[in-house]
Amino acid sequence: MFKTFIAGILLGIAGAAAALYYVPVVDQSREQSMIVVHPNHGNTETFHINIPTDRILVGVPGQAEPLPAGLEWPDDLQFAATRAEVFKIRNGKDAVVGVASRIAASDEVAGDVIEWVFHLPARGSAYVVMEAQPQEGGYRLGSLATGTREFAPLVGHVTERWVSSTSEFDDDMQGRIELITAFVGQFVEDE
Amino acid sequence: MKYLVALLVGMAGGVAVFLTFLYLNPLTTTNRLSALSVSDNQVITFNYSAVATDALVYTNDGRSQVTPYPAKVLQLWEPTVRRTDARVTVLRDGRGQPAAIGVKFSSDSEKTNVLNGEAIVDSVWHIYAPGQGSLFVEQQENYWGYLREIAIPARWSSGKNWRGTWNASITSGPGALGTSRVFGGSGIFAGLESDAVESLNAKAYSVEHGPVAMDAELAIEIPRRDAALSQDP
Repeated sequence: MFKTFIAGILLGIAGAAAALYYVPVVDQSREQSMIVVHPNHGNTETFHINIPTDRILVGVPGQAEPLPAGLEWPDDLQFAATRAEVFKIRNGKDAVVGVASRIAASDEVAGDVIEWVFHLPARGSAYVVMEAQPQEGGYRLGSLATGTREFAPLVGHVTERWVSSTSEFDDDMQGRIELITAFVGQFVEDE
Repeated sequence: MKYLVALLVGMAGGVAVFLTFLYLNPLTTTNRLSALSVSDNQVITFNYSAVATDALVYTNDGRSQVTPYPAKVLQLWEPTVRRTDARVTVLRDGRGQPAAIGVKFSSDSEKTNVLNGEAIVDSVWHIYAPGQGSLFVEQQENYWGYLREIAIPARWSSGKNWRGTWNASITSGPGALGTSRVFGGSGIFAGLESDAVESLNAKAYSVEHGPVAMDAELAIEIPRRDAALSQDP
């Protein structure tokens, strides 16, 4: 019986090691990437943010009704021209795939700043710097400054535009922010 | 029957022995020293309280140990973001003055490997400092030391809490020296590519509420422009 007990201990050690080696501790939930390939125009992927339902934070000084309720945004003068927002971000199937932050600010050193960070837990993050002035047609162009994991080797552009809601069934829905990414891999020459 | 019982008891003992070895494994040490402490370059620091209620906004799936703040903030309950938390906070400079607004997204990483003492979190910072510019910081954080030296002892204590002084760097990559990657977006940081290290200074922790007294510091190396332009001797 003692030999069986010792065998059990060894089996337990081996089993625990095997379980920790083969069974992932973290397995992020994934949604299918909705990437569209255009003839001669690379790949695009469309994300959107439903307003107001996907808004987590609107950080602006002096809001009468802060979002979220109870938010105490700093009233320092240096943050007077800063607007920070945090959202949930959705794919083309309207499924939440990540979170995003948008910072819009203006100061003498940096000028007008409009930036996005998209954080898709299963895929990586993208840091996008937008042009300050919108294009004709009301959309704004930006470029991928850098990215992590899946987005690390990519370059490309992002367009941001506001689409007002035309739904007659949902009075609360104001519209959505549409973000279209056009990213491609960088060409690396073999040495 | 008694052989089966002996086998099962032995297996339970084996699992316990293995987990004890993992917990006490001296090869998985906490990184106490920042890689930037030996840097010749200027290092700017942003400090913040890592306690959720000290943030402007902190949110997660709503079921985790740390409660979202403020109470009515939208929670990240969808499957794809359930293991993610978002923090928006005022970052203070070395003199304790508000210097920037920082947004931090952190997600449990699939690179987590308990066998190697790696409890990895993938995180990014989006920082805007008025009068200076904006920054993006990508990092992997290893919370193994934090779990081993704070969270687990707190769970074992009769009061279900931990008090003491714990100071360590949590950044473990993606830089070769265990540093995070910094990218400047605008202002004086435009075009900057550098390294950073985030460290925690914990003083109190509660099993019920998570960190009770804990400060964090994000140190960012600013390479000297003239150093980049000078020729090799």
